Amino acid sequence: MGKARDTLLGPIFDENPIALQILGICSALAVTTKLDTAVTMCLAVIFVCTMSNGAVSLIRKFIPTNIRIIVQMTIIASLVIIVDQFLRAYAFGISKQLSVFVGLIITNCIIMGRAEAFAMKEGVGMSLLDGIGNGLGYSLILLVVGVLRELFGSGKLFGVEILPLANVGGWYVPNGLMLLPPSAFFIIGGFIWVLRSFKTEQIEEED
Amino acid sequence: MAKNSVGQTFGVALLLCVVCSVLVSGAAVTLRPTQEANKLLDKKQNILMAAGLAGETGTVDELFENIQTRIVDLETGEYVDDLDAETYDFIDAATDPTLGVAIAEDQDRAGIKRRARSVPVYLVQKKGQVDKVILPIYGKGLWSTLYGFVALDRDDLSTIRSLLFYEHGETPGLGGEVDNPSWKGLWNGKQAYGSDGSVRIQVVRGAVDASAPGSEHRVDGLSGATITARGVHNMLQYWLSEGGYKNYLDRLRAQTQGEA
Repeated sequence: MGKARDTLLGPIFDENPIALQILGICSALAVTTKLDTAVTMCLAVIFVCTMSNGAVSLIRKFIPTNIRIIVQMTIIASLVIIVDQFLRAYAFGISKQLSVFVGLIITNCIIMGRAEAFAMKEGVGMSLLDGIGNGLGYSLILLVVGVLRELFGSGKLFGVEILPLANVGGWYVPNGLMLLPPSAFFIIGGFIWVLRSFKTEQIEEED
Repeated sequence: MAKNSVGQTFGVALLLCVVCSVLVSGAAVTLRPTQEANKLLDKKQNILMAAGLAGETGTVDELFENIQTRIVDLETGEYVDDLDAETYDFIDAATDPTLGVAIAEDQDRAGIKRRARSVPVYLVQKKGQVDKVILPIYGKGLWSTLYGFVALDRDDLSTIRSLLFYEHGETPGLGGEVDNPSWKGLWNGKQAYGSDGSVRIQVVRGAVDASAPGSEHRVDGLSGATITARGVHNMLQYWLSEGGYKNYLDRLRAQTQGEA
């Protein structure tokens, strides 16, 4: 049971794909100005990561070594297209805001990385857990960044006003930087700093 | 058969492609009706937004009752009644040999090559009177064709009330800033036509000096999106000219003067 728990929960703090491996930063910058897009993106990535890990693991014994990357890409790309089609049908407004970034899940290194590094070697059950775990690890960062950016950038959470804005008679002057992509870098940087202060084993050795 | 043999490699690749394509096309086909319904709803919502009615209470369909859709023959400027406004798609009609017509190369400022002979317009009613006329426009930007609406005041048929694009594929953050509310806000009150009836509206580089003469025809361009801004400029120049809605607008104007 210990291994299953480590596989599922390890990627959240101990081996967070964004904070430790610094993968998948692109979408963390792009979709986190608002929480609703961030949450949709998280769910999409959890789904794709889990299913691709499961599918790759299921057929791992049959995948010829020399075309394994293409096979993984095909599976990931198909899953992403299906997610995109679903969003367009059932969450049209959000899918419009996410625009190309749903499609860009295909190039998210986390998913490809887990398929290649984990699902090609491990059984289906473990691979599914690993997929969920890494999806959750990614989601944790996206949600932290999303909360901070929406709260301080537009004074809202999920579009509900939390801090009354100065230009509509409140007291809070929104921080415009929070709405721009660089702010996500600062927040992720800060998150990594805090995380590594607690988990000192994550600090890289100096060259 | 060995895992890395040529046969297995092709076999796995083929099988995988078949399975994936079935899944992808299955999802695309089964979800299409819902997606189409969303698109239609979204289009109505955009028309409402161009009409300035989007903030009002009521469902999209209720609010849409304030808007009358008519189809206009651009050549004559007259309404045509033999096309069903609900289902008529003027963008598809542009490529149809009978419904569409080629645009002469030297006049094709929007970069669209062909247009439909007849195009829908949306008349916004307010207290029983037509308040605004919403005209669909489209044309090439940098990467994509931008589809949108321009709303003109019914009184003078020259004052722009709003301009918005409901579909485009311009770079987010650069050309995509055509969706920026503060940029869209710049259009309200601008004059599309000069006093001589020529199309005068233009998108310029740099800030517009509001005190300079002619500033009522000028809108500040978008930083980092020269080609998209030029595309918006060109498509307005095209659609508001004789090749576009001018004949229709002239006819409407003559009608008002006849009544007065």
